[in-house]
Amino acid sequence: MNKIPNPSIAENPGTTGPLLEVRGLTKYFPMGSIFRTRQVHAVENASFTVKHGQVVALVGESGSGKSTTIRLIARLLSVTKGEILYKGSNILKSEPGKASLAYRRKVQMIFQDPFCSLNAVHPIEHHLARPLLIHKMVKNRAELRERIYSLLSDVGLNPPAEVASRYPHQLSGGQRQRVAIARALAVDPELILADEPISMLDVSIRMGILNLIAQLKETRGIAYMYITHDLASARYIGDEILVMYAGNLVEGGGGEAIMNDPSHPYTQLLLSAVPDPQSGLRTRKEVTARGEVSSLIDPPPACPFAPRCPKVMEICRHSMPARTTIKDDHWVACYLY
Amino acid sequence: MPTDQASGAGAGSIVRSAAQNTPLLLDIRNLQVEYLTPHGPVRAVDNVSIAVQSGEVVGLAGESGSGKSTLAHAILRILHPPALITGGEILFSGKDTLTMNMTELEQFRWRSVSIVFQSAMNALNPVMRIRDQLLDVMQCHGISKAEANRQAVRLFELVGIDPQRLDAYPHQLSGGMRQRTVIAIALALNPPLLIMDEPTTALDVVVQKDILQQIVHLKERMGFSILFITHDLSLLVEFSTHIAIMYAGEIVEKAPARELFTNPLHPYTVGLMNSFPSIRGEKKKLTGIPGSPPDLISPPGGCRFHPRCPRMMPECPVKAPANKAVAEDHTVACYLY
Ligand SMILES: Nc1ncnc2c1ncn2[C@@H]1O[C@H](COP(=O)(O)OP(=O)(O)OP(=O)(O)O)[C@@H](O)[C@H]1O
Ligand SMILES: Nc1ncnc2c1ncn2[C@@H]1O[C@H](COP(=O)(O)OP(=O)(O)OP(=O)(O)O)[C@@H](O)[C@H]1O
Ligand SMILES: [Mg+2]
Ligand SMILES: [Mg+2]
Repeated sequence: MNKIPNPSIAENPGTTGPLLEVRGLTKYFPMGSIFRTRQVHAVENASFTVKHGQVVALVGESGSGKSTTIRLIARLLSVTKGEILYKGSNILKSEPGKASLAYRRKVQMIFQDPFCSLNAVHPIEHHLARPLLIHKMVKNRAELRERIYSLLSDVGLNPPAEVASRYPHQLSGGQRQRVAIARALAVDPELILADEPISMLDVSIRMGILNLIAQLKETRGIAYMYITHDLASARYIGDEILVMYAGNLVEGGGGEAIMNDPSHPYTQLLLSAVPDPQSGLRTRKEVTARGEVSSLIDPPPACPFAPRCPKVMEICRHSMPARTTIKDDHWVACYLY
Repeated sequence: MPTDQASGAGAGSIVRSAAQNTPLLLDIRNLQVEYLTPHGPVRAVDNVSIAVQSGEVVGLAGESGSGKSTLAHAILRILHPPALITGGEILFSGKDTLTMNMTELEQFRWRSVSIVFQSAMNALNPVMRIRDQLLDVMQCHGISKAEANRQAVRLFELVGIDPQRLDAYPHQLSGGMRQRTVIAIALALNPPLLIMDEPTTALDVVVQKDILQQIVHLKERMGFSILFITHDLSLLVEFSTHIAIMYAGEIVEKAPARELFTNPLHPYTVGLMNSFPSIRGEKKKLTGIPGSPPDLISPPGGCRFHPRCPRMMPECPVKAPANKAVAEDHTVACYLY
């Protein structure tokens, strides 16, 4: 499957600009009764870019808006405010309503839940054949089969012929996740939006998949937005890391910069909670910042982390800080800087 | 299957029960489960013995597809055809669940065990508000509506979700919030045994640690036991008392958590420990454990790990090693010891 040249670089003259640029992306979900409409502020004013062949890891608290962000980019949800530029073109304007077939091929999504993303009545083969046929990626049956088998072995599902004939319920959780990954890779995408694609895989298979991602990035120039709660793999695979808290991007920058110099108090909390198996049984800090659970329902104009922040100041409770540059492209949205 | 292996595996649990002089809460002996497929039987659980004493947290870790969920389903006797329990015993407080009749079995499932399924994220009823789902479960168990409502709020606080979200429908919650909701439902009934199958795959480290700490506190107060299935060894060392490592349907090593971490013996266990990417120190390429998990229809002869083992010896492909006690409560199935 490595024969296909990288289409994004080959056919597009404007490779100098970013592949994806998101400006002020915002999503509110209405909730509650007809008498009192309230809104869940799932994503608030998010701006970032993804370059060709780059892996941007999106980390953050559960419920902070990560899945919503990439679902907006995949055009599975309507955008409340903001712009999405794909190779410089404003797709919400050029393809309003529904995304084009081309966009849906170039931008692939791997869903968070492997138990509902595969249709139970079809064998695995069908799940991989469908995108290949819809997007006319193969010429004949033999080629189709060969392609399916090679995709399955790429993600470590062996023997491919046997796995291809199984139904989703006959696979374990981690095996389903790998089918979902194979399906996204099938159609030669330019950008893969991966929502916790390896959360159910053990370290060993996980490394295999991460190395596969890195390899495809190198050989075919595929870019990724990669949601994970596993900071170690974010660091391992991410060229850049974005940290999200309660709907807001609070810090961003190169992977090493974030790991070595976490600046936002939430990023610091997140890093301090990571277990380090290498250090074995060294006693670790209890996670203390329990405090108030962040509610995204009609939040006040304040830094959302303020109620839990050990370094909170008066101003934090009244307005959301703008981005400050720490060094190069490492930035943080916090009044401490 | 060689009988020496069977007696070796059984010995571990017998030693532990004799010391305590009460029947073990859960005592699985030489369990064997097969899926009958057109290509032949998949032996997903092979001669597995594992015990849980009351108040313990027993961790079960192993590669994707190694049979962990199958084992969990077997305990509750909720395996679907074509799965078949082809051997062994599952004793719950001394009573064999495999010989229970339908009524006894229902009682057992109803009162003795709660399970958080691996598919938790999509286990909720999509057309019912979360609150009603929680209340339903509690009211069925004879808790008054008012009390159930209070309990629902407490449980949501315990798993770190704003109780205002009780009135949401499942699709309005993020993946991690749905997972936490299912944990809340499992905790509502407070049965003697809680089985959690990859319960925190969608949670960030901060929330994950927080919830597990809450569950452990609750366990200490209420005195239930936990069988904790995960691929994440670093979580197990912090939260479990004993750990069993599963490979290709078999338990290859069993030890108290601390012992396993300070003195891992089986080359597979050692491989698992060494393949964690780290957030600290130099960033290096990790290979995980080379090779891929075996096909369970025709697993490799002898020790199933031998094709991937860095320390393979001439006898390994020939005959499977028996479980051997190497220290108190520490058994390993490997010719190196
Ligand atoms: N269809 C919807 N209607 C209402 N609220 C929604 C809807 N979808 C998501 N939300 C809310 O938006 C917020 C962000 O959800 P999202 O799924 O993006 O979080 P996430 O960062 O992916 O979390 P996780 O790591 O737990 O998956 C949550 O509070 C969620 O309840
Ligand atoms: N209905 C079925 N028919 C045939 N094989 C099956 C069926 N269900 C599961 N299997 C196979 O049995 C093996 C064990 O599956 P199980 O779900 O128990 O694994 P697991 O250890 O829980 O893996 P994971 O960590 O990926 O969830 C896998 O190889 C799987 O492919
Ligand atoms: Mg999500
Ligand atoms: Mg499983």
